[in-house]
Amino acid sequence: MDTLLLSRIQFGANISFHILFPTITIALGWVLLFFKLRYTVTGDAKWMQAYGFWVKVFALSFALGVVSGITMSFQFGTNWPGFMETVGNVAGPLLAYEVLTAFFLEAVFLGIMLFGAQRVPGWLHTLATFLVAFGTTMSAFWIIVLNSWMHTPQGYELREGVVHATDWFAIVFNPSMPYRLSHMLLASGLTVAFLIAGLSAFRRLLGDRSASVMASLRFALILGAVLIPIQIVAGDMHGLNTLEHQPQKVAAMEGNWETGGNKPLLLFALPDEAARENHFEIGIPNGASLILKHHADGVIPGLNDFVAEDGTVLHPPVAPVFWAFRIMVGTGMAMLALSWAGVALMLRRRGVEGLPKPYLYATVAMTFAGWLATLAGWYTTEIGRQPWLVSGLLTTEQAVADVPAPLVLGTLVTYLAIYAALIVAYMGVLFYLARKSAMGDHVAMMPPSSAAQVAITAAE
Amino acid sequence: MFSDPAIWLPFVFAALMGLSILIYVVADGFDLGVGVLFPFADDDEKDLMIASIGPFWDANETWLVLAIGLLLVAFPAAHGAILTALYLPVAVMLVGLILRGVAFEFRAKAPAHHKTRWNWAFYTGSMMASLSQGFMLGIYILGLEQGWADLGFGLLTAVFLTVGYSFIGAAWLILKAEGALQVKAVAWAKGGIWGLVLGLGAVSAASPLVSTRIWDKWFSWPELLWLAPLPLLSAALVAGLWRALRRLPRPGDHGAWVPFAAATALFVLAFLGLAYSFYPYVVPEKLTIYESASAPESLMIILVGTAVVLPMILGYTVLSYTVFRGKASLLNYDLMAQNAAPEAAETGTTTER
Repeated sequence: MDTLLLSRIQFGANISFHILFPTITIALGWVLLFFKLRYTVTGDAKWMQAYGFWVKVFALSFALGVVSGITMSFQFGTNWPGFMETVGNVAGPLLAYEVLTAFFLEAVFLGIMLFGAQRVPGWLHTLATFLVAFGTTMSAFWIIVLNSWMHTPQGYELREGVVHATDWFAIVFNPSMPYRLSHMLLASGLTVAFLIAGLSAFRRLLGDRSASVMASLRFALILGAVLIPIQIVAGDMHGLNTLEHQPQKVAAMEGNWETGGNKPLLLFALPDEAARENHFEIGIPNGASLILKHHADGVIPGLNDFVAEDGTVLHPPVAPVFWAFRIMVGTGMAMLALSWAGVALMLRRRGVEGLPKPYLYATVAMTFAGWLATLAGWYTTEIGRQPWLVSGLLTTEQAVADVPAPLVLGTLVTYLAIYAALIVAYMGVLFYLARKSAMGDHVAMMPPSSAAQVAITAAE
Repeated sequence: MFSDPAIWLPFVFAALMGLSILIYVVADGFDLGVGVLFPFADDDEKDLMIASIGPFWDANETWLVLAIGLLLVAFPAAHGAILTALYLPVAVMLVGLILRGVAFEFRAKAPAHHKTRWNWAFYTGSMMASLSQGFMLGIYILGLEQGWADLGFGLLTAVFLTVGYSFIGAAWLILKAEGALQVKAVAWAKGGIWGLVLGLGAVSAASPLVSTRIWDKWFSWPELLWLAPLPLLSAALVAGLWRALRRLPRPGDHGAWVPFAAATALFVLAFLGLAYSFYPYVVPEKLTIYESASAPESLMIILVGTAVVLPMILGYTVLSYTVFRGKASLLNYDLMAQNAAPEAAETGTTTER
């Protein structure tokens, strides 16, 4: 394999690993603030117990996000020097603002949030929690601004092949930014909702009926049920925005080769780029036209429009975009089904206590559903931008460093091994913490006689 | 000179980048150093050592992100040249930073029988990061060449910087620890001070020999006069440090701050010497800060933000060090302690009293 492909896989692996953890911390910071405020208002210890459990998950996720983020900031230079050399005048200030307004804020106040509760007044601890949540969100804002600008660049001029910023307002509020930011923040909220629901259901299945677990489970299912319809609408609007600015990406998402009306919504297909057609299509007639243009004969752009006269392909690779999009939507539908079923069950069966076991098992199975949807969504949009690194300005190939391929292969294999080990360790520790808390809560909450019994059962 | 933004902006940004690197080397230097010292401590002491850096390491590492960020945004051409030349040591450093960063959390949260493994990851990661940073320093001083002599010198500086970090780490522990651990830390510092001295000596000897430009800058009159305080002050500090270490720990914990303050001062002096030698080059002998700077309008945008935000960052960093001042002690995530909640009973990470 050549340096370009290896560098792409390495950056892709790195950013895929990285995004898992901010996706959790962005929303979990706000959830922690919610728990803390609920405790302040009600004085009910269950909220503080929920805080105490989830702040550990936050700390672990945050550490993983920080170290993988540092890796990325270096890979800009080690593997993609052409990126900063060409668009550094735009990307640089945005990244600088991320470091200045977000990274330090998070890192410093995280220390106080984790370890300072007894050293500072209660209001300062709450403020620290707020500032950490605010910092993670600021971080998301700046990086989404830069990423969106790479998809829909504006507010610049080219001088001798180098981008110079001319209008910062236009750069920050570029056409795809509001949609991408809302989509990502909602994705983070959903990831956290299903993570909390999954681990709480896991604890419940272990026999943990503590008030904090029940409150967390109820809160997470309601959060999921509220966010998922908003996310579907936001995702649809993001898709329409993409149709306007990056039609080739939408063509790949829909697996549509020829521009035209009455296009079906493909549920299954095997796109074949060599033959430039799909095999084994199963679709809903007029579906794509209806979704994207809101009438049956709406014209959908086709991939064949994005091939240059000399045969150079100017659209993204079709199959990965097509399938990543379907995985994202499919996961979203499963989230809709699970969270709404949960709310319906709670309404009909005396609240969270009445949730049946099969439902709890399904919830545990969906613990990391948010990760799956988020990754699939990012693959859709990022692979969908290829062959461009910055749409219409800079191709991925132009930006890659001239590092010997074996060297890149060596670091890539090392990173992959470490990331795989860390993912396993992370998931393992999450369930280990849940199991440990499930046992601990029992002993504390139950009357002495049954406590002993439960402790024995749990230990088996 | 200062009327033309194309002149003063790169200078200001070089100064800001230098400040970030300096803060990073001192701040992450001490917490990397604590990691380097890990195998010499017994298990209870390890928890205490982690407790002494737990609330700070994250923010300390952010200075590296800021430094590399400023290099990236202010001197993009230099950023690419330096980082592609240092591809492998950068990768080693990153893997090291990943290992030690996650070990902080995992060693406290994973099942108890995994703790030894994460302690090992913490030590190995700290070693990898320290050694590779020292290696990069050596290679950088010699002008980013890849010959055998350069590699040899890089390996030398790798060892010296690692010992130097262990020294400032030990100095930090003298400040934050009590009892047996403090006594141990004093012994570690006595061992580590030679790394610092040899490191300073090697860098000072190599810099003028490699570059006639630096030679002229150092050994011409009257520049020699300006430069003279650096080695003289450094020598005085080393002598003072040695004297102080022989007396520590003292009753009532008097003077426990002296080694850390002196170590910081030594790092600052060494850094000033390097900055003086290499100015105006950002890639030694190849690219000056003026040649590689970004467009003034982009730098201006960042400068405005920096001028507003940097004082705030320094402010809340001071707040954090104030909140966690005093001796380190074993504790949990202590937010639960008042509420007597079940989770408080678990040993989370540690902090201070």
